[in-house]
Amino acid sequence: MTTLLSIKNLHIGYGGIQAVKGIDIHVEQGELVTLIGANGAGKTTTLKAITGLLKPTAGTIEYDGKNIVGEPTYKIASQGLVLVPEGRGVFPGLTITENLQMGAYSRPRHERASIAEDIEHKFSLFPRLKERAKQTAGTLSGGEQQMLAISRALMARPKLLLLDEPSMGLAPIMVQKIFEVVREVSRRGVTILLIEQNAKLALQVSQRGYVMDGGIVTLSGDSKSLLVDPKVREAYLGEDVAV
Amino acid sequence: MTHYIDHILPAPLRKHPAVFWVGVVLIAAALAVMPFVLVSHSMTSWVRITNFAILFVFLSLGLNIVVGFAGLLDLGYIAFYAVGAYVYALLASPHFGLHLPFWVILPIGAAVACLFGVLLGAPTLKLRGDYLAIVTLGFGEIVRIFMNNLSEPINITNGPKGIATIDSIKLFGLDFGTTTRIGDFAMPGLIKYYYLLMFMLIIIIIINLRLQNSRIGRAWEAIREDELAARAMGINTINLKLLAFAMGASFGGLAGGVFAAIQGFISPESFTLTESVMILAMVVLGGMGNIWGVVVGALLLSFVPELLRYTVEPAQKALFGRQIIEAEVLRMLIFGFAMVAMMLFRPAGLLPSAVRKRELARKAD
Repeated sequence: MTTLLSIKNLHIGYGGIQAVKGIDIHVEQGELVTLIGANGAGKTTTLKAITGLLKPTAGTIEYDGKNIVGEPTYKIASQGLVLVPEGRGVFPGLTITENLQMGAYSRPRHERASIAEDIEHKFSLFPRLKERAKQTAGTLSGGEQQMLAISRALMARPKLLLLDEPSMGLAPIMVQKIFEVVREVSRRGVTILLIEQNAKLALQVSQRGYVMDGGIVTLSGDSKSLLVDPKVREAYLGEDVAV
Repeated sequence: MTHYIDHILPAPLRKHPAVFWVGVVLIAAALAVMPFVLVSHSMTSWVRITNFAILFVFLSLGLNIVVGFAGLLDLGYIAFYAVGAYVYALLASPHFGLHLPFWVILPIGAAVACLFGVLLGAPTLKLRGDYLAIVTLGFGEIVRIFMNNLSEPINITNGPKGIATIDSIKLFGLDFGTTTRIGDFAMPGLIKYYYLLMFMLIIIIIINLRLQNSRIGRAWEAIREDELAARAMGINTINLKLLAFAMGASFGGLAGGVFAAIQGFISPESFTLTESVMILAMVVLGGMGNIWGVVVGALLLSFVPELLRYTVEPAQKALFGRQIIEAEVLRMLIFGFAMVAMMLFRPAGLLPSAVRKRELARKAD
């Protein structure tokens, strides 16, 4: 196994406030790793630093063997590190097909045929999207938009997929479906870093997990053992554990 | 070829290419003959009006790149027109004693305007909507005020007096400023300009249509929809926004150069905020983002005021025996009514772009 993403001693601050205070995270090729934590723990800030939207104050982010700190977002994205933004971020005025085509923006022109194939493949994964191929993304339900956002990210053939709170604002049944999708995408060989507030589901689908709190990683390890860890259960799964 | 037609044609015509081509030939013939008919009916001023209308189509198409494609509201667009006009005037008039040929100045004018576009675009990259509008408005005013005051200590722009006796365009030994006679057949300068403008218009429309369906055009669309998501797709939003400003500005500069040549005289007065607003109104009225819509909008807002000028006074004289309302007053009244009616009945413009139409339909839900 090779390390695809390796974050070392990452510090990120907004003005004088330190939001992330020295974290170490690594993601191996083919893994599904989750980063959980409450609101304000620094998860999204970390993600923004990985994708180049924020500049860290200290530390390194190595992707595919190369430090990507300071590189602009679009360059990082075109190297196969693709973000599915929080709140989905589909292009509401574009049709579903156009959204998927946009996802393949960084792929070279001569791949046109395989891009078309990929679109068909996404449609076969999500027949719901195919039915509505010519409708605008803004007309889709929240869950469908999330599926579109994930499909669109996959159109770039990512090496590492970053999912920012895919379950946010969705109905419980839809949340289940989205997690099935995440598991399926992972099974097909895409490496995933999943940021979630829904700790239970995130730990159930992932292989390894990191727990963030107050800008530091408080716990990390095998997802199965995190699921039964009393501290995790009490703080994030809302269970009353007698110690 | 069919592939290109599919992109260019309005949807209802796509199924009947034969009808389309017959239409094109008829319209082309009518447009080719039109100036001669106008002149022979002593309506020469209408040729002039048409020439300026075409210049406004250039400007609207240029602004449409910035506002319609990339979604960046620009209220100072006339500044680029001014820059193009002044570059032409300074390089082809007795003011500095320079008389460079048209084909040399035009690219320089477009390039300088392009530079100004980047100059405006670079500091405003992070601004959107109202804030961007305020900065661009200020930019337009700054350029105009500079033109007005750059007569001291070194006289560059000749200040409010403007620059006069600007060279007319000369191409292939043909002077566009004078009447050409071949035997009995006379071709006034205005008509020569008309053909030149028509030729340029066709090229500009083709460039715009190709641009809209290009990778760049789609990236602009994505930026307009959601800038963050666009970046996450690997789109270099900074360069593409600058490119939108630069391309829009170049078209403005181009139009400005031709304007200076046709008019023979320019002064800062021609480049006021009202003009910027007028061009924006043309884009919005026609349908932001739709090239054909923008062309229609620009032609309408150029011709209707002129029509009023020629009809309001005689109509009132015939009806009431005297003039009650001046054409100028009525123009603003009708203009205001038209804008209100548009917002009520066709908020996306006369010929809305597909995406805008969908956006508005969605918001109405």
